[in-house]
Amino acid sequence: MSIDLSVNIGALKLKNPVLLASGTVGYGNEIAQFTDLSKLGGIVTKSLSLKPRKGNPPQRIVETPSGMLNAIGLANVGVEVFIKEKIPFLKELNTTLICNIAASTIEEYVECVNILKGEETIKAFEINVSCPNVKEGGLEFGNDINAVGRITEKVRAATNKPIIIKLSPNVSRISDFAKTVKQNGGDAVSAINTLVGTSFDINTRRPKIKNVTGGLSGPAIKPIALAKVLEIKRNVDIPIIGIGGIMNWKDAVEFMIVGASAIQLGTVNFINPNAGVEILQGLEEYCRKNSIEKLSSLTGSYQI
Amino acid sequence: MYIEKAKVESIEKINEQTFLLKLFSPSIASSAKPGQFCNVKVSERTDPLLRRPFSICNVEGESIYFLFDIHGEGTKLLSHKKFEDEIEILGPLGKGFVYDGSYETAVIVAGGLGTAPFPFLINRLSKDKKVAAFVGARSKNLVLQHGLKNISVATDDGSVGFHGTVVDLLKKEISSIAKNKFRIFGCGPNPMMKALQKYAMENNFDCQISVEAAMACGFGICQGCPIEASDGESYLLVCKDGPVFDAKKVKI
Ligand SMILES: Cc1cc2nc3c(=O)[nH]c(=O)nc-3n(C[C@H](O)[C@H](O)[C@H](O)COP(=O)(O)OP(=O)(O)OC[C@H]3O[C@@H](n4cnc5c(N)ncnc54)[C@H](O)[C@@H]3O)c2cc1C
Ligand SMILES: Cc1cc2nc3c(=O)[nH]c(=O)nc-3n(C[C@H](O)[C@H](O)[C@H](O)COP(=O)(O)O)c2cc1C
Ligand code: FES
Repeated sequence: MSIDLSVNIGALKLKNPVLLASGTVGYGNEIAQFTDLSKLGGIVTKSLSLKPRKGNPPQRIVETPSGMLNAIGLANVGVEVFIKEKIPFLKELNTTLICNIAASTIEEYVECVNILKGEETIKAFEINVSCPNVKEGGLEFGNDINAVGRITEKVRAATNKPIIIKLSPNVSRISDFAKTVKQNGGDAVSAINTLVGTSFDINTRRPKIKNVTGGLSGPAIKPIALAKVLEIKRNVDIPIIGIGGIMNWKDAVEFMIVGASAIQLGTVNFINPNAGVEILQGLEEYCRKNSIEKLSSLTGSYQI
Repeated sequence: MYIEKAKVESIEKINEQTFLLKLFSPSIASSAKPGQFCNVKVSERTDPLLRRPFSICNVEGESIYFLFDIHGEGTKLLSHKKFEDEIEILGPLGKGFVYDGSYETAVIVAGGLGTAPFPFLINRLSKDKKVAAFVGARSKNLVLQHGLKNISVATDDGSVGFHGTVVDLLKKEISSIAKNKFRIFGCGPNPMMKALQKYAMENNFDCQISVEAAMACGFGICQGCPIEASDGESYLLVCKDGPVFDAKKVKI
């Protein structure tokens, strides 16, 4: 039996649902030494900003039970260097490239999209709304439903390429944000970004990461991520990319059952850089065993 | 760079908290350079989650060695490994020591487990080079001399050797070496590397230091392990641009 692994995220067609998440694959070159990226559905770049960002001072990461906290501070090369130095390698990869953008003003999001949209290699944009901004009083755009609506609207107006808005889980009703994305013309949402957390040294009484708080990721967040995906699925008709703590193919299946059309792998890449390919094999095997002809039929197949 | 499932050939306790682990790891053994490290999977469960970085202590045929201390849960699990157990290791990683050149003596300055990368370095030095090793530890029972030669010891409590830090010992002894050209190779806790760096820069000594940082991936994809470049303008990655740096290049 040949199994159809392809999935559609709105207008974006992927050969399979396994994507590698922003900030956990850099720009592809290092991880390519350990895995065949051409087998995957695609990769999402580290968040790019208009100008290069140096990132936060160390310590940036700390391990926590079944998870980790990070406060990288969006260290990235900026859009210009990305086009000049990173695109040529990414072009040769034969995998779908999704470009993740982070900005501190709505105008900056639009400017980044305008600079990048001409690059044929970029098949879609993922908009990271979960970074602190200056203009709106230092809050995350991701917590402000009106700001998320306006960002979606402006970015939509700037490009015909598929737009995925990456939602913050640090809100009380994530489905309201997904609704806003849909109303303003976004093609899909990805959920979730990291959860705010912290960790202290009991001897020095100091925070273990310099930024005091960081984003929690890894298996510890999986139940929360699943609940967020399910909440969106039950309330809004929009394609969802499920992210959060996926370590193996079983986790991937679980995300699809609760409503994800595709999934992204984050922290697991640090531990097993070949996880994407292994998960893909696991998914195919699962379909074969369960006589599922189209993997996409799993999406939202929960029995509640 | 490889991900290799390596079988334990032996694990030996060399003092009350330090272990020497020998693994059959042909791909890593044949490509490793002194000063490089591996990111070691210590558990199959999700806690502890991340791999643990360890310097490659030595290479012998198709085997590699790690020298490690029990620090927390991860190293405790590693110390429980037995003959023929499989351990998944990722490496060799990072940039190692630059050890060719016209100097005559390799001056090794190591604190605590910082001695780990030096047996490998000593093995690979060309035969005409002399070695002078300065080793520091908290007290007598923790002094590590494995695989080193021509050793001078310093202890914080004075229970053996020089009473004080290893950098102070180096300052005291350097005149006996300074007659010939030398290059300093340092490895140890970051505060010690900072003291060594300061001393080397003040005296314009040729010096390379191996630094530590918390790491997730170990190969450049997470940006979790920055160290500030000496110009203050940018961060370098300890895992990819280091862990060994020219002492002039970074701010510790
Ligand atoms: C490049 C490099 C080479 C190293 N080489 C050696 C070696 O040869 N022998 C040796 O005994 N130790 C070495 N270390 C330190 C070793 O990685 C830590 O002792 C080990 O990670 C501790 O894990 P744990 O679970 O026992 O401790 P825990 O304290 O429980 O670990 C908690 C978390 O902190 C991290 N962590 C704790 N201590 C350190 C440290 N000193 N540096 C970086 N991360 C740390 C762990 O990786 C883990 O993610 C090296 C570190 C680096 C960065
Ligand atoms: C070290 C690190 C850096 C990250 N950087 C970004 C980033 O730049 N942009 C972004 O949208 N998400 C970033 N993320 C979030 C991940 O893409 C993902 O949403 C999150 O880690 C949850 O998935 P996981 O549990 O599989 O890691 C980062 C995560 C980690 C661990
Ligand atoms: S440990 Fe991930 S970039 Fe250095």
